[in-house]
Amino acid sequence: MARIAGVDLPKNKRMEVALTYIYGIGQTKAKIILKEAGVSPDTRTDELADSEISALRNAIDKEAKVEGDLRRDVSMAIKRLMDIGTYRGLRHRKGLPVRGQRTHTNGRTRKGPRRAIAGKKK
Amino acid sequence: MARSIKKGPYIEERLLAKVRKMESEATKNVIKTWSRRSTVTPELIGHTFAVHNGKKFIPVYVTENMVGHKLGEFAPTRTFYSHSGDRKTKVRK
Repeated sequence: MARIAGVDLPKNKRMEVALTYIYGIGQTKAKIILKEAGVSPDTRTDELADSEISALRNAIDKEAKVEGDLRRDVSMAIKRLMDIGTYRGLRHRKGLPVRGQRTHTNGRTRKGPRRAIAGKKK
Repeated sequence: MARSIKKGPYIEERLLAKVRKMESEATKNVIKTWSRRSTVTPELIGHTFAVHNGKKFIPVYVTENMVGHKLGEFAPTRTFYSHSGDRKTKVRK
């Protein structure tokens, strides 16, 4: 079992896929990292040699921003929008869609589950 | 699609001229503007603009991390409305 970039330990998958379990690494990044580390995309997580694991760690440090660092960057960017008082910041604050979607209907991802309106019957 | 980098940021000529004039006279006045589409450039830092929102002029004091946004982003055009019983959404103003 390999432990790369903190808490992540996907196992029994091809490395190409396993790496995408790390926050901030998608399929493209995973391929770039594997190339950089010189590890075959087809090796399973369990088959990784220690040297390969450390090579992967180095490659990730070099190529990608992952997990905590990335999460912090994202939340800082959102906080900045809120602090300088942009329209996008306001939408974040209110928990409404940010990119101009309609809110008459839909938008449940941002707004959360529907809340019943008091006194509306029949 | 984003604006071509070749062209540089868009900013209303007249607005920029006003800012430059104030800069040369070293005065600090509020500039009324309808030009919501103008990009905030480093030149505008420290000035206050009264940005039209379709009805009123909203005072916007430009700070450093506003650079790259448009003036209109700081003057909301819609009045936020929520139901009176709705405690969860807090009314902002």
